[in-house]
Amino acid sequence: MTKTEMLKLNIGPQHPATHGVLRLLVELEGEIIKSCEPIIGYLHRGMEKIAENRSYIQYLPMVDRVDYLSGFFNSFGYCTAIEELLDIEPTQKANYIRIIMMEFNRITSHLMWLGSMLLDLGATSPLFYAFRERESILELFEEYCGQRMMFNAFTFGGVKFDLTKNWLNKAEKLIEKMPKYFDEYEAIITKNPIFMDRTLRIGIIKKEVALDYSITGANARASGIDLDFRINNKKSIYSEFKFNIPIKIEGDCYARYLVRFAEMRESLEIIKQAIEKYKQVKNEPIVNKKFNSVFLKIPNEQTTTYTEAPRGLYMCQVIADGTNKPYRIKHRTGSFSSIQLLQELVVGNTLANLMPIIGSLDFVLPEADR
Amino acid sequence: MIYDFLKTFAEGINIPSLIFESFWAVLMFAFLAAFMIIVVLFLVLFERKLLAAFTVRKGPNRVGLNGIFQTIADAIKLLIKEDISAYNTDKILFTLAPLIFFMPVMILFGLMPYTNLLYAVNIPLGVVAVMAVTAFSSLGLILAGWASNNKYSLLGGARAVIQSVSYEIPLVLSILSICVLAGSLNLKEIILAQSGGLFHWYVIPNILGFVIFYISTLAELNRNPFDLPEAENELIGGYNTEYSGMKFAMFFLAEYAQLFILSLLGVLLFCGGFQSPFGIYFGVGFFIQLEQLFWLFAKTFCLIFLAIWIRATLPRIRSDRLSVFCWKYVLPLALLNLLFISIYKFIMGG
Amino acid sequence: MNLTGYGILFIFVILSLLFAVAMLVTAYIVQPKYKREIKFQTYECGLNPNQSARIKFDVKCYIFAILFLLFDVETIFLFPWAVIYNKIGLFALLEGILFILVLGIGLFYAIKRKLLEWQ
Repeated sequence: MTKTEMLKLNIGPQHPATHGVLRLLVELEGEIIKSCEPIIGYLHRGMEKIAENRSYIQYLPMVDRVDYLSGFFNSFGYCTAIEELLDIEPTQKANYIRIIMMEFNRITSHLMWLGSMLLDLGATSPLFYAFRERESILELFEEYCGQRMMFNAFTFGGVKFDLTKNWLNKAEKLIEKMPKYFDEYEAIITKNPIFMDRTLRIGIIKKEVALDYSITGANARASGIDLDFRINNKKSIYSEFKFNIPIKIEGDCYARYLVRFAEMRESLEIIKQAIEKYKQVKNEPIVNKKFNSVFLKIPNEQTTTYTEAPRGLYMCQVIADGTNKPYRIKHRTGSFSSIQLLQELVVGNTLANLMPIIGSLDFVLPEADR
Repeated sequence: MIYDFLKTFAEGINIPSLIFESFWAVLMFAFLAAFMIIVVLFLVLFERKLLAAFTVRKGPNRVGLNGIFQTIADAIKLLIKEDISAYNTDKILFTLAPLIFFMPVMILFGLMPYTNLLYAVNIPLGVVAVMAVTAFSSLGLILAGWASNNKYSLLGGARAVIQSVSYEIPLVLSILSICVLAGSLNLKEIILAQSGGLFHWYVIPNILGFVIFYISTLAELNRNPFDLPEAENELIGGYNTEYSGMKFAMFFLAEYAQLFILSLLGVLLFCGGFQSPFGIYFGVGFFIQLEQLFWLFAKTFCLIFLAIWIRATLPRIRSDRLSVFCWKYVLPLALLNLLFISIYKFIMGG
Repeated sequence: MNLTGYGILFIFVILSLLFAVAMLVTAYIVQPKYKREIKFQTYECGLNPNQSARIKFDVKCYIFAILFLLFDVETIFLFPWAVIYNKIGLFALLEGILFILVLGIGLFYAIKRKLLEWQ
């Protein structure tokens, strides 16, 4: 009997299912994956190096581009870092606006994930349904700050724009409608036997493995790790809100799907409360202005902030050296660890199982490469 | 009618009947080929529009009125596109593969009876011929996968093998149950055995057979949820990754023509073919033919609509589950169904 | 002498081949031909392929192919049975049941032996 050979296959960088330009070098025996090596770096833009040649305010618009699907979170992480260094507190009103925007942003990001994951599995319709709702949220963003993706709406000490009455009405109407849409998706996806067959008990991340690879965010919570930096953070602005953190212990693709789905509903709850609280705040400035942000100089200090972004922990470390430019800025993102996990998770599965695994890990390549 | 007219004309000027018959066959072929292209052009537009409607979009809406000429524009674009075959492809097999995939479909168009007078080939072994020709086309996929010298194509070709090898048998068994019911292998006789309205259609006693037939058809056609050989999110384009221009167009054309013709076959075998569901025709004379065509296409497009609906709803099935699903569930059910139908036939009409 | 159905079928086979070839030839005449090296690279997600695709490849369908062969041959035997089923009556029914049972037992055996699993 002749021996069969391994098929060395490049999946990516130009592949419809790799969500950008990830390259996976897999070895196949038949359709079974024997090894998998993720290769990143095709979207490296030198975000961290560029920071060293920009003043603090000049770098602010760039931070949105770390993860193009959740710009508000990166912006929030950077702004809070600078605020900590300057010892200023954003006003309460600004905090509520930030929370409203971020949670809306979380929903758009998760909707994008939902559509693309189902598209990876071969179902085309959920993508369009998800984009329909995403579009209405993006319209809200556009009305708020004139941008749909690269918002640049937060600033040191607060936000740049206030909410209008019209905007609040629209947002409230949308929140009313949203759960119905979510029910629609659940009807078509959650109990679909083919979807369950492709995701249940596929790509199981054990709790220890998740800890080893420092997986955060929804991926970790689907593996039974109770970690959410909206709560597990001393300086969290979420402390006065009531919401659940969905946790599953199975750790498979289906659990990750359920966790993310539940998170979207929780986000709506948070936005509802935040809008209520925003309405009660009277006559406060939206930005706490005690300094000239253009000629901003920060003394020789460093700080790190922790933000719960849709794709896991977003950590922003800023080291200042007394000049108007940062000495070093470091971004730590959730996608990077998720991608590293692939090499362990995928082995032994069939090529067909690669797709739900990639889809459910929900990584975005610009975030991993920066 | 036209046949009789031409026949008397030919006899009038002393053309040997063999030559005349061959000429008639060529004429029928030209007619059916034109028909096939029109059907496919319409079908692609139909599917795109319908999928757009399912997913709250507009679909193609620029070319012509509301996009009705979109597929024609696409066809012209594919015709004048440069045909590239990469390094190390097996040039002969690479060209042969679309031919092999395309040819059977055209023959299938000839084997179908469209009305009780309009048909090209009427042979006693019609069903067997249809089965043989249908099975032939998966050979084209395998060849395409191998000849491309592309790993994705190779995987697509391998999947095509497993798929066609698995779903061929339930398909044959479900058709066999119809043959037992009708006692004939001639398609026209099978249709005529179902005359007398909705309740005489074979779908009534043989509903399980119909479901099995439909599932196997979707698998044979490589459509959702069985579109594994060309799963674009896993294998880029599967077997047609390396194809461009006219060769790709032939795969595309044949695929949609197959969708049409296998839906038509389902209608012929299970839903009374060209017969009216009320048991009587409303027209007289020549209009009966038109009415029969109307019923045939109406039923066929119902089945095609179902296929598109399934495509809009379901994700793709897992590649290892595909064959297991067939051998463990579909095939035993098909065998049981055949048993049930033969007992049913024995009791009802034996 | 008249053409039977099979004669027309034969003409159809030849004509459909000609039709397909004609389509390719038309396209060949009409299409532009700008040969550039880069166009002829095998597609592998934007990289140069690191190995030929023509390798001894494990396709997992060997067992299916054998089973397919068995079942296909046996279903062919059922076709004549189906046609004359009406004329023979009870004997045909019993024969049919026996035959299908044999097929079913074979399939059951294959499933029990786990021949159909991938891994």
